[in-house]
Amino acid sequence: MKAHGKVIKYGNNVDTDVIIPARYLNTSDPAELASHCMEDIDSEFVNKVNKGDVMVALNNFGCGSSREHAPIAIKESGISCVIANTFARIFYRNAVNIGLPILECEQAAKEINEGDQVTVDFDSGIIINETQNKQYTAQPFPPFMQEIMKSEGLIGYIKKNMK
Amino acid sequence: MKMTMTQKILAKHANLEFVKPGQLIMADLDMVLGNDITTPVAVKEFRKIGVEKVFDKEKIAIVPDHFCPNKDIKSAEQVKFIREFAKGMEVSNFFEVGQMGIEHALLPEKGLVTAGDVVIGADSHTCTYGALGAFSTGVGSTDMASGMATGKAWFKIPEAIKFTLNNKLSKNVSGKDLILHIIGMIGVDGALYKSMEFVGEGIKTLSIDDRFTIANMAIEAGAKNGIFPVDDITLEYIKEHSTKPYEVFEADEDAIYSKEIIIDLSKIKMTVSFPHLPDNTRTIDKVGNIKIDQSVIGSCTNGRIQDMREAAEVFKGRKVHPEVRCIIFPATQKIWKQAMNEGLFDIFIDAGAAISTPTCGPCLGGHMGILAKGERAVSTTNRNFVGRMGHPESEVYLASPIVAAASAILGRIGSPDEL
Repeated sequence: MKAHGKVIKYGNNVDTDVIIPARYLNTSDPAELASHCMEDIDSEFVNKVNKGDVMVALNNFGCGSSREHAPIAIKESGISCVIANTFARIFYRNAVNIGLPILECEQAAKEINEGDQVTVDFDSGIIINETQNKQYTAQPFPPFMQEIMKSEGLIGYIKKNMK
Repeated sequence: MKMTMTQKILAKHANLEFVKPGQLIMADLDMVLGNDITTPVAVKEFRKIGVEKVFDKEKIAIVPDHFCPNKDIKSAEQVKFIREFAKGMEVSNFFEVGQMGIEHALLPEKGLVTAGDVVIGADSHTCTYGALGAFSTGVGSTDMASGMATGKAWFKIPEAIKFTLNNKLSKNVSGKDLILHIIGMIGVDGALYKSMEFVGEGIKTLSIDDRFTIANMAIEAGAKNGIFPVDDITLEYIKEHSTKPYEVFEADEDAIYSKEIIIDLSKIKMTVSFPHLPDNTRTIDKVGNIKIDQSVIGSCTNGRIQDMREAAEVFKGRKVHPEVRCIIFPATQKIWKQAMNEGLFDIFIDAGAAISTPTCGPCLGGHMGILAKGERAVSTTNRNFVGRMGHPESEVYLASPIVAAASAILGRIGSPDEL
């Protein structure tokens, strides 16, 4: 699995309330959620995001509420992958469970800038920054989580293993 | 065997003798929880699995508490959807408005969670039940769906930070001040992926309600769970509320912790978290002149009877500042009735505060106390992120019920010592 796109970058502690404000949680429709994604910290996000783009942030991305609506909104908005130094644990779990690729990589999170073009290979964890001509290797997922990602999320994994 | 309390509970539920940090396990679940925001997504995912029944209709709790009583048509549709699911699956623990309370106050009160349990909830504050010596943690809707279908969840065994608490808290200082102090000290990711295990002789001076508040906010330090050892105070609470069998786990004497932090409870001061992160704390003497428009007292963090009593003690014979709206939310019907019977509502109403039916409403900017642009609230809730209680340019300051009550009277953030 590979992703290629332009980078949209944020800072530390991007919480799930800014990823998708609670005032929109009276629906679980992915398209509607995506139309308000990142609204409270970046009202331009929905206009500038293109399919395949990569979101990069620093520490503790996705902290706060357990709302799965947050990774759903990000995935539905077209983001192919999120790279951060660290993820808040519920967001991490939710992203794996719904099949939104995420990678932890300190150097990449620090050095990649808004607008850079990057290619990400999920199997090897290799991140190539074409704009800066740099390469990074993220921690690969443990095999169990790779299995979940390959099944396009936890539900696919369970269906496979229940048969 | 070198295991922490959390590790021992998880090992037992995975049918393993020993587990170590980083190990991935499949654990049996004693309770799977969801609310009106997270359950609709979980139900859709559950149906994709293709099983006809939930794993155990007694071990699922669905609590419509966030946008309830329904705040708008869409919220009503969401609750209708999960009500029909609960009915179809014969889920025993679906709590309708009138029975409903804020989930993390309700489940312990109904005796649905107890010491030694493994509990997942599609709500981040599920970590609250650590106060009872259970392993409980917040997950998302897909985990809830999978938990409802299989009765199991995957976990990575966490490391733990040991918090040794000594002495006792001073007058007007509560469990809320302690947990805000800790979050201020270690940061909003200070316990990321880890357990926060509270030990020490100071524990016995903390009431069960203080412990619920402290465990509740473990997530605000990024923790997987917060947990207290089981003592006489815990057992008294459990025996009063639950008939479920319980099991007491203790950390091994040679358990390995990633860090130990020793806290002298007598040195903790009243503490306030400034916008826009819970770790942005200041002690009450360093707050300065922060005028407020609203004071909110309640939530899964601070809507229990002790919180109501402490707020009432401050309000007694005093009036809410004319430029402040004060809204009080007892967390469950039982707490509501108890507060009413103890005469606390007379004090609140005479002071000029409004009392609401149980709901998460304002805490997450849902309803019942939304802030306009530029407005400020002091709140006993758990998060002060950008836009958390309303307009993205509004502000939330987190504090204890005592400070929130004193601030409502003063019209600015302050302590009862200033009254």
